[in-house]
This record gives sequence, C-alpha cells and structure tokens, in this order.
Amino acid sequence: MTDLTHPRLPDTDKDSPGWLQRKLQPLTKTRWGRFAVVALPLLWLAIFFFVPFMVVFKISLAETAIAIPPYTSLLDWDAEEGLLALSLNLGNYLFLLEDSFYIDAWLSSIKIAGISTFFTLLVAFPIAWLIARSHGSRRGLLLALVILPFWTSFLLRVYAWMGFLKKNGIVNEFLLSIGVIDQPLIMLQTDFAVYLGIVYTYLPFMVLPLYTALEKLDMTLFEAAEDLGCRPIQSFFLITLPLAIPGIVAGCVLVFIPAVGEFVIPSLLGGSDTLMIGRVLWDEFFLNRDWPMASAVAIVMLIVIVLPVMFIRNGKNNGEGAS
Amino acid sequence: MKRNGYFLKITAGLGFLFLYAPIIALIVYSFNRSKLVTVWGGWSLKWYSELFKNAQIIDAAMLSLKIALISATVAVVLGTMAGMALSRFGAFRGRMWMSGFITAPLVMPEVITGLSLLLLFVALEATFGWPAGRGSTTIIIAHSTFCMAYVAVIVQSRLSSMDETLEEAAMDLGAKPSSLFFLVTLPLITPALISGWLLSFTLSLDDLVIASFVSGPGNSTLPMVIFSKVRLGVTPEVNALATIMIAIVALGVVVAMLQLRRKDRISS
Repeated sequence: MTDLTHPRLPDTDKDSPGWLQRKLQPLTKTRWGRFAVVALPLLWLAIFFFVPFMVVFKISLAETAIAIPPYTSLLDWDAEEGLLALSLNLGNYLFLLEDSFYIDAWLSSIKIAGISTFFTLLVAFPIAWLIARSHGSRRGLLLALVILPFWTSFLLRVYAWMGFLKKNGIVNEFLLSIGVIDQPLIMLQTDFAVYLGIVYTYLPFMVLPLYTALEKLDMTLFEAAEDLGCRPIQSFFLITLPLAIPGIVAGCVLVFIPAVGEFVIPSLLGGSDTLMIGRVLWDEFFLNRDWPMASAVAIVMLIVIVLPVMFIRNGKNNGEGAS
Repeated sequence: MKRNGYFLKITAGLGFLFLYAPIIALIVYSFNRSKLVTVWGGWSLKWYSELFKNAQIIDAAMLSLKIALISATVAVVLGTMAGMALSRFGAFRGRMWMSGFITAPLVMPEVITGLSLLLLFVALEATFGWPAGRGSTTIIIAHSTFCMAYVAVIVQSRLSSMDETLEEAAMDLGAKPSSLFFLVTLPLITPALISGWLLSFTLSLDDLVIASFVSGPGNSTLPMVIFSKVRLGVTPEVNALATIMIAIVALGVVVAMLQLRRKDRISS
C-alpha cells in the first residue's frame, strides 16, 4: 500500500522503475537517445495504429459512392457560392440500429462465443489440473504438448477439422462402420462445427491461465479436507473451484473476446446462415463494397468489445500499481 | 482419491486426443495416394510432388517468408524500444498513450485492424501519393505494427522481472547509456528477443485477415492462397503443405526444449 502521508521522493525511490536513468540524467547528455527510444515506437504506433481509427470514424460518417475510393468526402468546397460544406451522415449508424440483421449478427456472435467459451473451460479444466498436479519433466512435457499446436498455423488447424467433419469424413465413416448411425451426420457448415472450431483453436488460451491459478494451490488443503471427511467431489467444489476463479476469469476473457470477432472459423466451418459480426464486416467490405457501412460496423465493434476490455485492464494495472 | 485420479487422467487424456487427432489425421492423409479422404489408396508421396510443382503455392510461400522475416525484425527493434521505455524510463510524456497502444492491438479483432489500416493506406495514397498501390510493403507495415505490441509486452515483462543491479553496477563503473544497453541489457534480454522474434514470425506467416485487407492484386500470401483453395473443400496438396509446416514447427520446438534442458544441466 502506498503511504499517502509520506509521499515517496522519486529520485531516492529505488523500487520505482527507471530511477537509475533519472539519477543519471544530469550526468550524461543522452536526452536525444532517450527521446528517440520513446518517440520512434510512439510515432509508428500513432501513425499506423491510432490514426487509422480516426480515418475509419471519418469514413463511417460518409456515404457510399461509385468512385475511387468508393465513398463521399465529408468536406465539400462549393466554388460558385464560395462555401465550405460539411456533410455528416449518421445514416450508417441508424441503419445498424434499424435493420434487425445487424442486431441478430451481434446476438448470434455473443451466443456462439459464450457457448464456445463454456465448453473450452470444460475441456481445459482437466488438462490444466493434470498439468498442475504433475511434477518435473512430465509437467514440462504436458505443457509443451498444449502449447505446440499454438505454434502451428491457425488456418491449417481449422482446416484439419474440415476433413474430420465433412459428410464422407473421418468421424462419419467411423460412426457408420461401428453402426451407431446409418445415415452420415451433417456436421460441417453448422453452428456445431463453429463451436468445435473455437474450442479447438482457443484451448491453449484457457489452459495456460487455469494452470497458473491451479499451480499455486496448496495441496495440504486437500489432505486437511480429506482428513475432515470431505469427499473428492466436495473438495473440488469447495476448494479447487473457488481458488481457480482468477484463472477461470482470465481464460474466459482471452477466449470470449477474440471469439466474438472471429472470421476464419465461421467462414470455413459454419454454414451460410452462421451469422457473426466479423463475417458481416468482411462481407460488407469485400462483397458489397460498402466501405462506410463496414466502417460503421467496425466503430460499433470497437466500442462494444475493445473499449470495455481496455478499461478493465487499465483499472487492474492501476490497482496493482497502487498496492 | 484413487478414483478421482483415474477420472482426471481419462478426461485430460480425451482433451489431448481432441487436440491432436485432427492434426494426426491430416498428416496420415497427406500420404494417401487416393484423392478421396475416405478411400485409402496406399502410401504415396504424390501430393508432395504435386505441391512442389504448384507455382502459385511456392510463390505465395516465398512472399510470406519474405514478409515474415522483415516484419519480425522491424517488430523486434520497435517493440524492444517500447518495452525498454515502459519498464525503465519511469514516468515520461506519452507513457499512457504508449501503454494503451501496446495493449490495444492484443485485444483488437483482426477485421478491424485490417480495415482501418487499409483505409489509412488509401487515404495516404490519395493525399501524399504514398504508398503507391498496395502490396508487400503495406503488408509488412501492418504486420510489424501488430507484432511489435507482442514483442513490447514480452520485453517489458522480462525487464521488470530482472533486477536492475547489473545495470546499476555498469553505470557506477561509468558505462555510457548506449554501451550499457548493448553490453549489459541486450545480452540479458536476448531470450525475450528471440521468443518475441519467433512469435512475430509465426503470427506474420499465419495471418490471413489483415493481409487480405491490405494486400493488392497479385500479392497473395500463403494463407490467402490456402484460404481460397480450402474454401472449396479439402485438397490433398494442402494436407501435404500442412504436414511440412507442422514438421518444421515440431522440430523447432524439440530443438528449443533440448537446448533449454542442456542449459539447465550446465547451470545446476
């Protein structure tokens, strides 16, 4: 905790990062070097990360036009009247609210991401628990087995499921041959395939934070619980689950957020009726060539998905910094 | 406790099976002589030779490798600067902006990053005449930007977990900030730079969505070619390509693990 009555003196506080550089600043004339180290990445990110959003916002207020680039400009110089006219078009945003297509796409994205996140948690929990309870090189090996697929191509991992799920694919052939079904199941191009794809590709993002939380569990708690007559199932719900909550929350955020905006999985594994907002933006841009509308969808996505996460992260960092 | 243990092993085992079954099936079927997934026509390297004859795939792979090499290197240079600034410079003007710019790309949906960069490039071209058209340059800029955020996070966490006594000692002995960085800090954060570079390289090599937005005609990267082929269904050539890529990654990870183990043995 920060002691408010005795404010820390920045130049003598050895715990705060960078005290060294501050101390040495008067001695060496390297302000330019320091300036460059800050300014170069900051300038790059400002130009190629921040400014683009301003451009997107500007275009979201324009109207689509048959031109290159295909949108109207906001400022018009009327030469006859000598007037500068600013035309802002809120129509794109109004249309997003009016047309139930976009609302449905949002609800469907959230539903698909939510269900997938839940199943990812179910699959990841035993894996994380097993890794947390193993020791030495076995633990290292199991961790490597979870991380290894993450280093291979995401696109190819999604593709691998296409061969698995299609009508004359491996799963159907296997089920037919053992006589469980007599008709091939339609699995590819359904919402089910999208759930599977998301669970599969985001599994490491759930396992790792869960493992970090479970690894810290004190095993003597379980011995104590057992001695006091607690059955394994009870100790799971009374000890393991409550103590794993930070890991569960972190993992769910890491899976849910990118899953909402997912494009590749619904377009390869989902059907034509699998609506997801990332896919809507893509189609708006590439198929309809409606740049202003795609921009409006992007701005709404930014406000709904990214800003809340940034606020949570920021608040969390500040909280950690204060304690 | 025993029964609980079996239950855990079985469910976790099923989890690992789920993780590896599609990959293993893909590898096995890349050696299948028959074009049909369901029919086993015997072992064959036919699809590998088809793959190497396919000029479109080879060109795209070369372009992707070039883009990934350059982007990863740019990302490591800029990301290290940002990570250094955030963890060693204390409070500086623009710190809040920088830490925001570093965390935002990690949670940004790819479709938004791609769209916004494309619109920026179009606006820049209309205003300044640069970049003239879109192609590998615009893809490299886009990839460097989102990869540098990952590098900055890795470098920052490495630097903040490292104690400053070595740097302090070098300073006390009169090292200039530049020699302090190149002789002391840089060797200490090399592992972070290597993993940052490798991560950037893989992310760039794998990116479909952002590259699709910012590339121009005739500049298809490998994921773009794979995506357009795969959209129409399973193709045996892509199975062969996937197997080669998985083999390279697996080899890399095994070598890295052996290297780490040897280091552990030497230090212990």
